[in-house]
Parts: sequence; C-alpha cells; structure tokens
Amino acid sequence: MLDLVVFVPLVAAVLLAAVDVGDRAARGTWVAVTVLDLALLVGMAVAYRTPAPGALAYERRLEWIPSVGVGYHVGVDGLSLPLLLLTGVVFAGCAVYSLREQHRPRAQAALFLFLQTACLGVFAAQDLVLFFVFFDLTIVGMYFSLAGWGHGDHRRSALQFFLYTFLGSLALLVGFIGLYLAADPHTFDIPELIAAAPLQGSPVAGALVLGAVLLGLAIKTPVVPFHTWLPPAHTDAPAVGSAVLAAVMLKLGTYGFVRIAMPMLPDAWRAWAWVLVGVGIVSVLWGALVAMAQRDLKRMIAYTSVNHMGYVVLAVGAAGLVSGSDAVARGVAVTGAVTQMVSHGLITGALFLLAGVLHDRRDSYDLGSFGGLAAPAPRFAALLVVGAFASLGLPGFSGFVAEFQVLTGSIGATSWAVAAVPGILLTAALLLRAVQQLLTGPTRGLSVGFQDLRATETLPVAGLLLLALVVGVVPATLLGWITPAATSVVELVGR
Amino acid sequence: MDYGALLPEASLLAGGVGALLSGSFLPRHRQWAARLIAVVALLASMVTALLALGTPTTVFSGSYAVDTGTAVARLVAAGGTLLVIGLGVEELSGDRRESETYALLLLATLGVVVLAGASDLLVLVVGFLLASIPVYGLIGLDLSRLGAEAAVTTYLLGALAGIVLMLGSVVLTALGGGSTYRVLAEQLSTAPRAAVAFGVLAVLTGLLFEAGAVPLHSWVPDATQGARTTSAAFLTTVPKVGGLLAAYRLVEVVPTGVPVALLVGLLATASMVLGTFAAFAQRDLRRLLGWSTVSQVGFLLLPVAAAGRSDLALPSLAVYLLGYTVTNLSVFAVLAARPDQRTVQDARGLARQQPWAAGVLVVGLLSLVGTPPTAVFLGKLTTFTAAWDGGLAWLVVVAAAASVASLFYVLRWVSELVRPPAGTTPSPGLADRRPWATGTALGCAVGVLVVGLAAGRLLDVLSTGLVR
Repeated sequence: MLDLVVFVPLVAAVLLAAVDVGDRAARGTWVAVTVLDLALLVGMAVAYRTPAPGALAYERRLEWIPSVGVGYHVGVDGLSLPLLLLTGVVFAGCAVYSLREQHRPRAQAALFLFLQTACLGVFAAQDLVLFFVFFDLTIVGMYFSLAGWGHGDHRRSALQFFLYTFLGSLALLVGFIGLYLAADPHTFDIPELIAAAPLQGSPVAGALVLGAVLLGLAIKTPVVPFHTWLPPAHTDAPAVGSAVLAAVMLKLGTYGFVRIAMPMLPDAWRAWAWVLVGVGIVSVLWGALVAMAQRDLKRMIAYTSVNHMGYVVLAVGAAGLVSGSDAVARGVAVTGAVTQMVSHGLITGALFLLAGVLHDRRDSYDLGSFGGLAAPAPRFAALLVVGAFASLGLPGFSGFVAEFQVLTGSIGATSWAVAAVPGILLTAALLLRAVQQLLTGPTRGLSVGFQDLRATETLPVAGLLLLALVVGVVPATLLGWITPAATSVVELVGR
Repeated sequence: MDYGALLPEASLLAGGVGALLSGSFLPRHRQWAARLIAVVALLASMVTALLALGTPTTVFSGSYAVDTGTAVARLVAAGGTLLVIGLGVEELSGDRRESETYALLLLATLGVVVLAGASDLLVLVVGFLLASIPVYGLIGLDLSRLGAEAAVTTYLLGALAGIVLMLGSVVLTALGGGSTYRVLAEQLSTAPRAAVAFGVLAVLTGLLFEAGAVPLHSWVPDATQGARTTSAAFLTTVPKVGGLLAAYRLVEVVPTGVPVALLVGLLATASMVLGTFAAFAQRDLRRLLGWSTVSQVGFLLLPVAAAGRSDLALPSLAVYLLGYTVTNLSVFAVLAARPDQRTVQDARGLARQQPWAAGVLVVGLLSLVGTPPTAVFLGKLTTFTAAWDGGLAWLVVVAAAASVASLFYVLRWVSELVRPPAGTTPSPGLADRRPWATGTALGCAVGVLVVGLAAGRLLDVLSTGLVR
C-alpha cells in the first residue's frame, strides 16, 4: 500500500514524459493521479492504528545492497503519517492550481509527479540511504522547477538553491556514513540504528557526526544563518514551486531532526541542545524582523517561514534539555513541533499560491504597487485575510495549536524560551500590515482592474485553509497520531 | 604454463591484429568488416572472461593474477571499448583511418587489462607501454592543430611517466630481491622505509599518468579537446580502469610503516581540487569534461588509499569504475551524436530540440556529481564508506566538499539545456541524425540508472580479495 502511494506518481511521471498526450490531457492526468494518491493516503490514515513504540505500520522491507546493510525499508508512524498526508494534499492542490498552466504543462506535470514521489519517499523511508536518495531527488526536482518555470533572475536562484542544498545533503551523507560505521553490525537501517544508538559514550565522534547531520538538516530547514538561499528561491519560483518548497520541502529538514538526529544520537543531541534552542530563538526573531522589512510579498512570506521553522527548532532543542525538566513538557514541545510542520505546510502553501496570483495577473509582488484589492478581488481578499490570521497563530487555526504547544513545552523545559514569544507579536504586526496595505484603502496602482480568483485558484487555497481550520478546531485526531510518537522520541533522547 | 587463462587477452590481441590487417585490404567504404572483427573480439574477450570466473589464481610463475581485479578490468575495459566503438560508428565510418582506429583501441584495451592484472613489476612496465603507446596514436589520428599538439604533449608526458615508472620498478626490485608482488610483499617490510616510499611513489606516478591524475594530468584536457570524440571518450574512460587497479594492487603490497595511505590521499585531494576548480573556467565542453575526469580520478583514488585497510575498498573501487565508465560514456555519446555542440553556449535549448539527448545529458551529468540513484552515487557512497573505514575520514570530508564544488560547472551546462533556444536554431535534419551514437547514449543512460539501482548486489561477488 505504502509502495503504491510512493511510486504511483513516479510511474505517471515517466509515462507523461515519454508519451505526448497533449496539454489538456497532461493537466487532467496530473490532477487525477494526485487525487488518487491522496485518496490512497486517506485510506491509509483511516486504517492506521498506532503501532507499538519502535514498530511501524505499513512496513515493508526488501534487500537492496545487502553487503553494506542498505535495504528498501519503508514504514509509517505518528511522525510520518501527518507529513505524508500533508504532501498528498499540497501536491493535489498544486495540480488543481495548475489546470490553467500554459507554459509546457506536460513537462511540468511530469516534473511535479516525480517530485511528489521524492517527497513521499523521504517521509516513508526507514533506511538512511533510501532517505538520502529521495532527499537528493527532491533537490533535483525543485531545481528544474526553478530553472524551467521560474521568473526574474531564476537561473541564478536555481543555481544557488542547488549548490546550497547539495552542500547540506553531502554533509548529511557524511554524517550517515559515520553512523553506519559506528554501528555494530554496520547498518543503514533507521530502526536498527535507533535501537543501537551507536555513538553513545563517544562524545567527540558523536558531536562531529551530529554536527554533520545538523548542518545538512539546518540548511534544508532552513535556520539562521543557513537560510540565505530561501528568499531568492521563493521569489523566483513559480507559484506551485514555492508552495511545494515551503509546504513540503522545508519539512524534510525538520522531519530529519525527529526521525534521525534525536533518536540516533541522544547523548550528542543533549550536548547540542542549547545551541539548537539558541538557533531556534534567533531564527524566530530574525525571520520575523527581516520579514518586516520586506516590500515584496513573496520574500516576506519566505522570511515568515524562517520564523515558523524557528519554533520547530526551538522545540526539538528544548526536548534535549533533559536535566531539570519534565518529560511531559518535552513531549508537548515535540508534539507541537510536528504539528507546526503540518500547520505551516497548509497555511504557507495557501499563502504562496495566493502570492502567485499577484504575479500571474500583474507580474509583481511589490506590496507598495497594490492597494484596495478588496474591491476588485473580494475572494482573493477574503482568503488572504484568513491565511494571514491563520499564519499569525489566531486561535481556531492549526498555527495556534502548534505554537501554543511549542511554547508551553519549551518554556516548561527552559524559561529562556520566553525570548521567542515576541516573534508572535512581530509576525502578527507584519502580516496585518501587509494585508492592510494590499487590500484596504482606495483601489490604486496595479489593483485597478485586477481579476478575482478563478475556481481553479480558489479551490486549492480554500481547501488548504479549511484543513488548517479543521486542525485548529478539532486537533484530536492529528494529536492522537503524533503524541505517542513524540513521547517515544523524548524517551529515546532521554536515555 | 596455463595459456588458456589468458584467452580474454588473446582475443583482444587477435582482434587488434585482425582489424589492422583487414584494414590493409579493405576498400575505404567497406571498413565495417574491421569494426565487426573488433566487436567480435571484444565480445569474445568478455565471454571468455565470464567463463573464467572462479577460483582466483596467478599464472606464469606468479607474474600475472587472474582474480576479481583482473576480471573487473577485463569486463569493464572491454565493455567500455565496445560502447566507445558504438558511439563512434558515424564519426569513423568511411574514414581513412577507420580500421587503424579499431586496432589501436583494441591494443590499448589489451594494455589496460594487462596493467590491471600485472602481479609483477616487469609485467606492469609492459602493460604500461602497451596501454599508453596506442593512446598517442589515437590522439594523433586527428590531424588538426589541436590534435597534433595534444599528441605531442601526451607523448612527452607519457615518456616521462614511463621512465619514472621503470625507475620505481628498479628500486623496488632491488630492495625486494625480486619483481613479483608475492616476493615484494614478503621482503619489503625489512627494507629501508624511505627507499620503499620513493619506489612506490615513482611507480604510482607512472600509473597516475595512465589514470590521468595529478601530477601527470595535463595531457588529459588537451587530448580530450583536441582528439576526435571517439578517442576522447576512450582515453578519458578505459585507461583509468587499468591505472587504478594496478595502483590498488601495488598499494596492497606496501608494508605497514610506509605512509602510503596518506600519500595516495594527498594525491587524491590534489586531483579532486585541481580538476574541479580548473573545470569551472572552461567554455569548451570537451575540455570541461577532460578536467572533470581529472577530478573523478581523485574520487577513484579514495578506495586505493584505503586498500588493505577496509574490506569494502576493492568492491567499491570496482563498482565506481563500472559506474564511472557508463556515466562518462553516456555524456560523450551525446557529444558524438551532436558534434556541433562545442561550447557551453551551444547547449542552449537542447531540451526543446532533442529532449532525449538532453535527458541523457541530465542523467549523465547528475551522475558525475553523484546524485542518487545513479551509478556514480553508488560509487561515491561505497568509496566514501571504504575510505572512512580505512581511517581516512578527513579525505571523505574533502571529497564531499569537492562533490559540491563540481556541481557548479555541471549546473552551468545543465542550466543551458533547459533555457529556451536562442532565436531559431533549426534542429538537425534526419540526414544529420546519428542513430548509433544516439542509441549508445540512450543505452548508457539506462545503464547509469541500472548500475545505480542494482549494482550494489555485485559488492558481495567482488569481495573476494586479490591474489599475488
């Protein structure tokens, strides 16, 4: 079942690349495949029963390179299920959004289906090499999306994106090899490595290997100071590329923290915990402050991503502060971190799709060139307001559930986490200011004659925001998946 | 005397001589017969090599090893030459020197195999000469100014490398009281370390010329740019198989106490760094590839540095050589199919004009930087692991950094492919299409993915060590 979910998009991508079916059919196929894949994922989620700690649902294990301990090993638990669903939702939304795409739609559909397999594969992988293979392929896919469909100075942004994230992925590979060689018997299998925790008791090697892994994940996440590739990549990417990049690909980094770094290297994680807490707080504040200074809507949203990912890093860092804190608080922090990944994916995905509409109509993201958009484009205005409120953490939306847990749990672990609270106020201020500037006042500048959202644009944005609302109002199902897994991660870090 | 053990080598020799002789009789437009002879000889060599798989042994008083290393060389070198002939069909067809080219290709391949199998310094010298002399000819066959210049450079460097190699062999033979590796492995441990280190360094330097690595690398970019595409594809691929396997055998012989791992590690670093950074500035695609192969040898030297220190060293070297061969030839096959692609700018818009060719290039180039799940990724994963396992973690970090840097020049090429074409460059008409080169390119691209996904299974088979 899980194999099917992961590889159906790839098969469709290969067929679309090989057979010239025409533009209309290509767009239709893309939507159909993503919806089918999402349906399969929902079926999996309905039938999902929380496995015993350390066990996996929908597990499959095949030999691949047996002599170096590499296997095709996939499975689902409470950490990966929400992110798999998020991936399915975001890609389906992008497919619908692109139903009006005019620029080589067949190639774009094939590319995004390929990218979908890569993203799903990362979340499903239970083997470090398999994880790395999919992780790297997401970079390749996103590079071609930027280079082929971007605008502005997109070739330069694409190059910078690839170089920077490839550096991260090679650091990750070095770290993985270190873990492999430290384990006895040598293996790349994630559950086995978690059980073995191979570098316990060798603080120097553990710190170095964790350093390599953290560098790789920090670039992908991205956290300050490794975030500089993100704003140009977002600004020059097509709308669906931005949505996937922010909603799904940033999560690959943070997911790596909870899946690999924390449970495999508990000693080293605890040693690095203060660094992570510090970096998290700095990311929260720095992201918000720089976002405030932006005149470009997409850049602004990109920097709020740095801010939102900062909460995740803060929470996973706080979870490593074992001495003198309460395991329940740390569990809440990790649950909040995973919830934040889902929440940020839904909300920021929607915001980037909305920003794409500005570019589609007027070739500009400049906040100052628009004004009074609410009059010509009421649907756009309504959804943007909802998205902005969701993003700033208004109760009732998923962002509130996530950030509340992150801050409660982190402050429970260390009172220094209070320093991140002003980030919420800053984000609220900057989002409200942007909304005000774009939507209110007399209609002027590029807003004059602005065409409101079409059905293919409304549907995905509204769908993503509706899900954010559902998670915010009835978070029980989601938290029911995440909490047991988060508790077990906290236990593993504390050993 | 077990002459039967050398059937694969004998097939190559017979094919080379046969192609040469037939060329004297055949009219120019019927030289396909010489090609047929060459292909049959290569296939025969590969089949006999497969049949000979089994218990590793040495033949001719321990001077030639018939083991995993030799089997890898026989199969990869002959297979590589087969692909080179495939991608060169259109370029060579009807050429004045077509038969001679096939003869030189086969003789050079024979030299490469002998080099890889040599378990005696004297045989090593013979293999070196046999592998390098035909290469000078192959480069010089193109009578352009660049080709002639490259042939002279290569010849001069090759002569120097040969002398240094012989000097090293003499020193090691004198110190060990014998020239076979079996004797050397026993005797060198009591010899003065500095003298052993000097001898080993000298022999390695000669072999690095063959592999195209620093310090004797400067012929590679010149020859790749100046020679015909067929020759360039051959000389950046097949000789490395022999040079590196020979270096591996030699490093295994060196007694502990001589810092050979550090030495090879430093040479690897020099090749990776210089090759990568020199490729940055290149505008000519062939020259760029030439420098890129210099950096690739650096990566291939990782398992050589770990020889004898990690069980994974030899299997990882073999897998990397296999992966590198298909990868490099996939890129050269596209250049053979599109000889008008000379500079990076020429590549602009290829994805629209010829999506298949562009697709092969993307797969091949991403494989060169080591993106999974391609062939070179498997090579990098295993060689990095072997090097770290062999106590060379610093070298793994250097290699990872060099991989990132190599992405830069590869992306310059890839980003041109996906740019919209400038103006109305007409796509080549049917008459200009080159089905053999295109077919070889597609086959290689499929091979890149197949090797990347499936060749891991070979690691077990390859893990039997070398014999002396």
